Amino acid sequence: MANETTDTTPIGIDPVKTRLGEMLPDINLEWSEFRNQTRVIFPASDLINCLNAFKNVGFDQLTDLTAVDLLEYGNANDRFEVVYCLLNVDSGLRLIAKTYLNEPDLTIPSATSVWFGADWPEREVYDMYGIIFAGHPNFKRLLLPEDFQSFPLRKDYPVKGRGERHNFPVITRAES
Amino acid sequence: MATQIDKQLGDNIFLTTLDAAASWGRANSLWPMPFATACCGIELMSTAASKHDLSRFGSEVMRFSPRQCDLMIVAGRVVMKMLPVLQRIWLQMPEPKWCISMGACACTGGVFDTYAVVQGIDRFMPVDVYVPGCPPRPEQLIRSIIDLQEKIQSGGTVNAREFKLRILPEGPARFDEDELIRIRERNGFKLEDQKYDPVH
Repeated sequence: MANETTDTTPIGIDPVKTRLGEMLPDINLEWSEFRNQTRVIFPASDLINCLNAFKNVGFDQLTDLTAVDLLEYGNANDRFEVVYCLLNVDSGLRLIAKTYLNEPDLTIPSATSVWFGADWPEREVYDMYGIIFAGHPNFKRLLLPEDFQSFPLRKDYPVKGRGERHNFPVITRAES
Repeated sequence: MATQIDKQLGDNIFLTTLDAAASWGRANSLWPMPFATACCGIELMSTAASKHDLSRFGSEVMRFSPRQCDLMIVAGRVVMKMLPVLQRIWLQMPEPKWCISMGACACTGGVFDTYAVVQGIDRFMPVDVYVPGCPPRPEQLIRSIIDLQEKIQSGGTVNAREFKLRILPEGPARFDEDELIRIRERNGFKLEDQKYDPVH
């Protein structure tokens, strides 16, 4: 039934926090809140354990997986931030889980082993930012052509591109 | 001389040239190949619908096979991933063929001056009539079909000789000066830094 929750699913964010503190005793989770949205920052080194813990504590749907380039942000310590937007379908509780990455080591494990729905979002993040997800079942670019060399949504890539859009053969009327 | 012959022949016999007759036939039966990628495609559909009926002007059917069309209407923005497809379909169309570039995105790239959108298909393909607008009204598209009909009527030949004369690409240069300057400035490269020194 839609309104019933099992005994193991906590309701409200504070039980979630204590529960996660028990499930992940040696991992430093930083909790914060902004405009009624709860965020947790976890280290990228123990990603699969953390994501499995989030899933087991009740967040069974991955709503979105995206990345942020903090190159021009000013007071950021790391360059890339990978954001997992999670939803508890039964109780409607949402959580934003973030982890930080730095160059040159932009490889993190893929979340497809935890949620199947991370498949295309991870491909899109690779396509646009260049973050490599190890263990992805079909890891290639999603939107751009396969042989595109750059990662366009990084802050050091110009909006108009570097000439890739005009690198094609010209057909005149006489030869067609 | 010609009028005396006309009076004797009556109204059932016309004197014309083969070029003019063939062009009249071709102009009034342009079957479009709708290469609709985006929002202009919706306007193209509405132009072909019953209110602004495109088949009044000879475009009786929209064949989706390029082998059976003679007019390609590129409606909508063309991304760099789609451009080889567009070129291939253009090459698959048999002669005689014409191209209408419909909408701002197909003409010049429109509002999308980004890394993925081709800034005008005329950089890579021959275009006959441009229709500006975002999207152009159906009446504007019909006007462009009429313009194309006049163009075919006035310059058409029976064995497509007029196409062989267009040996140069007609759009902007592949990397025109403005594009190069914009790319370089955006990447932080200022032209004043480079000095051309022929001696050293």
